[in-house]
Amino acid sequence: MTTETLPSTITSGSAVRAPVRVALYTALGAAALVTVLPFVWVLSGSLRTTADIQSDPGVWLPSSVTFDNFVRLFSISGFTGYLVNSIVVAAIVVVGNIIAASAAGYALAKLDFPGKKLAFGAVMASVMVPFAAVFVPQFVVIVNLHLSDTLLGIALPSLVFPISIFIIRQYASVIPDEVIEAARIDGAGELHIFFRIFLPLAGPAVATVTIMSFLYAWNNLIWPLVVAQSSSTYTLPVGLAATSQAAAHVTDYGLVLAGAVVVMLPVLILFLFLQRYFVQGIAATGIR
Amino acid sequence: MTAGPLVASLGASRSRRRPRRLASHQTASAWLLLAPFVVIFLLFTAIPIVASLGISLTDLQGADLRTPFNVDFTGLKNYVDLFKSAQFVGSIGNTFYFVLVGVPVTMIIGFLLAVVLNNAVRRARPVFRAIFYAPVVANVVSVALIWQYAFNDAGTVNTALKAIGIPGPDWLGDTHLAMPVVIALGVWRNFGTAMLLFLAGLQGVPQDVHEAAAIDGAGWWRRLFSITVPLLMPTILLVSVLLSVFYLQVFDEPYLLTKGGPLNSTESMSLYTYQQFGFGNFGTSSAASFILLLIVALVSVIQFRLLRPRA
Repeated sequence: MTTETLPSTITSGSAVRAPVRVALYTALGAAALVTVLPFVWVLSGSLRTTADIQSDPGVWLPSSVTFDNFVRLFSISGFTGYLVNSIVVAAIVVVGNIIAASAAGYALAKLDFPGKKLAFGAVMASVMVPFAAVFVPQFVVIVNLHLSDTLLGIALPSLVFPISIFIIRQYASVIPDEVIEAARIDGAGELHIFFRIFLPLAGPAVATVTIMSFLYAWNNLIWPLVVAQSSSTYTLPVGLAATSQAAAHVTDYGLVLAGAVVVMLPVLILFLFLQRYFVQGIAATGIR
Repeated sequence: MTAGPLVASLGASRSRRRPRRLASHQTASAWLLLAPFVVIFLLFTAIPIVASLGISLTDLQGADLRTPFNVDFTGLKNYVDLFKSAQFVGSIGNTFYFVLVGVPVTMIIGFLLAVVLNNAVRRARPVFRAIFYAPVVANVVSVALIWQYAFNDAGTVNTALKAIGIPGPDWLGDTHLAMPVVIALGVWRNFGTAMLLFLAGLQGVPQDVHEAAAIDGAGWWRRLFSITVPLLMPTILLVSVLLSVFYLQVFDEPYLLTKGGPLNSTESMSLYTYQQFGFGNFGTSSAASFILLLIVALVSVIQFRLLRPRA
């Protein structure tokens, strides 16, 4: 890392003088404030009564804290169901990616077979296809599989992200071929090698795949919107959008903001603790 | 999804040769391991692309899904109708508005933050990096709520403006002001991605060039534009194309903030496609999405052309 050498380039020639430094940190601080303000607002709003928010919407910190919004959210609004649906969809997507995408990544990186270029081309092609261009026929497929308005229908197209395959394939080059050759000479089958030798060694890449696919499954809006026909299959983002637009709740800011916290918090907490995997994921692929 | 990994893989796609006898043993296992991907690829990428083109040449309606024989082949009628529709043509314009304003603004903010964090901040860098990246992982539905409260007629922004004596407009209800607010949400969500990619790119800018230029008396701005920017050109190009492809598909921001209004002034191509789908006009919807696919493909081809020499 070049981190340690950076300050010297600044000090050589033209040092970052104290006034400049103060100005830079002020600008960075202001930018950081603008960035976090919406988060603060969601959190503080969720802890205020609706009457309190309506009387003065601009306040950043609650004058008195109440958890009433969360209690109402889970008791009356169907959010418990949305939360369960989101967890189920995310679980299917994450497990699918860990196993199926890793298997494909391993095969593409470490095995030699006819059609390999074709398979790799398919991975590349599916990265490039914009979602908006295929969701109508995707929905037709889902209907024909009798999976419309089901959680499996929401999860199925995300089961093997091409991005996940790329991450695993890229990481596989770090794992020495000798380890795998040795297992082969000992007579281990390819499936055994994949599950017992490759997967444990690919830990960091698997972690990145887990995070990325969870993030996508948890935050995705448009596909669940297409597949879910009834509120019993709504995931959290769909449920929150519906709740906030429903006439009964449209002025119930407290309730809606509590919903926003429930949607946002799990990902932000994961991000806080597993930041480096998020960063690696984006550095490896250039996408989110 | 965008085409980022393609670039990374251009140089690495050649596999190492193995002895033939091993290869034959591995074939069955390899396709077994690839089977889940192949099934999902066929069902949700390959077939849909072909089907999308097919459906776009018919008058398929949502109600016809269980009775496919009611569907008529209508040739290019959907495409002709689309280009006669002011709403669809407007959605192309709005999409390009979003891209042409959103991409440069996102990049400039991401670039400036990356340069400042890289050059002038050391200990606090991880903290700032985490803060600026947080919007990328935040759920857009939650954030859009705040955007709505902030920009509605009596919202926070107008309250603040009133305090300094300026009467605030109805941001999301004004055909000229709604799109800038929609773009602002897009920028807020994505500048962290640009920053992160630029930070990674800056790691590759050699420091000795900087030092030599500094000794020769080049100031900070001079070095930024004469050394950093030219050396960072591959990253700048990459980020611009990634963001362009991503922004061309913009859906969440206008869907959540304005539903495409007022008077379709924020209706994007993806949103138009989704709405036609919602009306049950699958043929029209597929034709619109196929035009979007062509535009995205065109941008991707340009990306390949521009990036190949360096890869």
